[in-house]
Amino acid sequence: MATTALVLTPPPHVNPGLAYRVERATVARRTAAAAGLLLLILLATLPFWGGRDSMRLLVEFLNYLSLAPLWNLLASYAGLFSVGQQAFVGLGAYALFAAATFLGFDPVLALPLAGAVAGILAIPTAFLVFRLRGACFAIGTWVVAEVYRLVFAQISALRGGSGMSLPAGVVKGIATSAQIRDRVIYWSALGIAVAALGLVYLALRSHWGLALTAIRDSAPGAESLGVDNYRTKILGYVAVAAGTGVIGALIFLSKLRISPSAAFSLNDWTAAVIFIVVIGGIGRIEGRSSARSSSSCCASSSPNSAPGT
Amino acid sequence: MDWLNAVIQDVLLGGRYALFATGLSLTFGVMRLVNIAHGDLIVLAAFPALVLAQTLSLRHLLTLVVVIPAMAAIDYVLQRWLLDRTLGADILPRLLVTFGMSVIIRKLLVEMFSADIRKLQAGALETMSVPLGGGIAVGPLPLIMLGTAIAVIGGLQLLFYRTELGRASRAVPDDRETARLMGIGNRHLFGLALAMAVVAIAGVFLAVRTNFDRFSGPPRLLYAFEAVIIGGLGSLWGTLAGGTILGVAQSIGAQIDPGGRS
Repeated sequence: MATTALVLTPPPHVNPGLAYRVERATVARRTAAAAGLLLLILLATLPFWGGRDSMRLLVEFLNYLSLAPLWNLLASYAGLFSVGQQAFVGLGAYALFAAATFLGFDPVLALPLAGAVAGILAIPTAFLVFRLRGACFAIGTWVVAEVYRLVFAQISALRGGSGMSLPAGVVKGIATSAQIRDRVIYWSALGIAVAALGLVYLALRSHWGLALTAIRDSAPGAESLGVDNYRTKILGYVAVAAGTGVIGALIFLSKLRISPSAAFSLNDWTAAVIFIVVIGGIGRIEGRSSARSSSSCCASSSPNSAPGT
Repeated sequence: MDWLNAVIQDVLLGGRYALFATGLSLTFGVMRLVNIAHGDLIVLAAFPALVLAQTLSLRHLLTLVVVIPAMAAIDYVLQRWLLDRTLGADILPRLLVTFGMSVIIRKLLVEMFSADIRKLQAGALETMSVPLGGGIAVGPLPLIMLGTAIAVIGGLQLLFYRTELGRASRAVPDDRETARLMGIGNRHLFGLALAMAVVAIAGVFLAVRTNFDRFSGPPRLLYAFEAVIIGGLGSLWGTLAGGTILGVAQSIGAQIDPGGRS
């Protein structure tokens, strides 16, 4: 939501009338950014004035709000149409359950750990699925997610296919009162959603995001300009996997129970997300938050005077 | 002997996967249309077979006579008014349209037939077995399914790679504009209708072979995709091989650890 205006001064030999501005924010967008900030404050204080039910509902909403821009980054900017993101939701969630149950981690502090586990496992996964292209890539990622599901159904320490609950002691470790626990989970969900939206926004503004968009528009063109396609894409895939892992861990931390079929569910963690992104408009960040005006990705350039005059 | 038995049974199981996958092999492999609704269409074909068998007490496999043309007709309409508009270089529209179709089909099925688990009774055929000696026996039903798969794939191979109709069906998805310049209209593509006839066969066999409900589609879809990709895109015989490899791999996995089968 930062408003930056890039003013390019033309070199001295050029007619000064040709100066042009690249604007990334208009008045409408600034207003919307202010409104968004207000909404954020409202959401952040919700535990003090809203009921438990609205907090629960919002946690679910916020989780999808975080998953959607990550998938959008992957599919529409990196051109990696993955139908296997549930793999990383499940991996993150299981990492959290394992770390909290067996290693005595505080569940909330285990969230970044879950992201790290999902990100690290995404590296070998990427080497495997990046051999495939287009439709085969989509199916390949799905198959990999199924393989992870079957593997976790075999691990008897995690209660195999029937799944496990987070032990009461661990749950009490977050906070002893249910009210505080709800708040901790709610604020984590809000923080992660804001972080996901913000990081995707910033990532797309960075060199790396520019390279990613260039690859999407024309892979050979980007390569010829010195973009390392393979590395840029792998970086995107792994970063998105890590983020998805954190969100997955939080989703199942709020559910307190996990099973392979729920954690690696295609419909819940990928299909629903694809629908959200497509309905919101693929390739647009604001689609998910349905606040179109807080837009960032379409930079509008407005020449001050017609060139050549 | 257990291992030999497992391999024999699952070559037969491979026939079943191949039958599920052949329709997809046509749409996805040959015509490059990623059909996410494939599994749900198989289930969609299984339900009318069930109704026909129950109300008209038609013999189980005879329902094919009605179901095949019905499914082909449905898909001709779908192809002409819906899927045709998504042909192009970008796979996303096709993926999303068929994704939507799969959701709509599941919801329609629950409205019409409830969420109960169903099974088409095939009487003695279900449990019959032919002993091969050495404690190994094979069922006629899996044999019929494997035979049907081989016959269907052989027929389609001839049609798609030996006739003008098949050539046209392959040309349009490759390059619609050039195909038009060559005088091939894409309005009357029968490829998908044909694929759907195969889907109908798969659906009826699904109904006879196992229990099914409206959610049985997506797991079939994944197996079908796997068979198509293992066998190689565009190769129909490859799909049979892919299905067999998948079946054998599953059976060997189940011999090692029965819990691994899903």
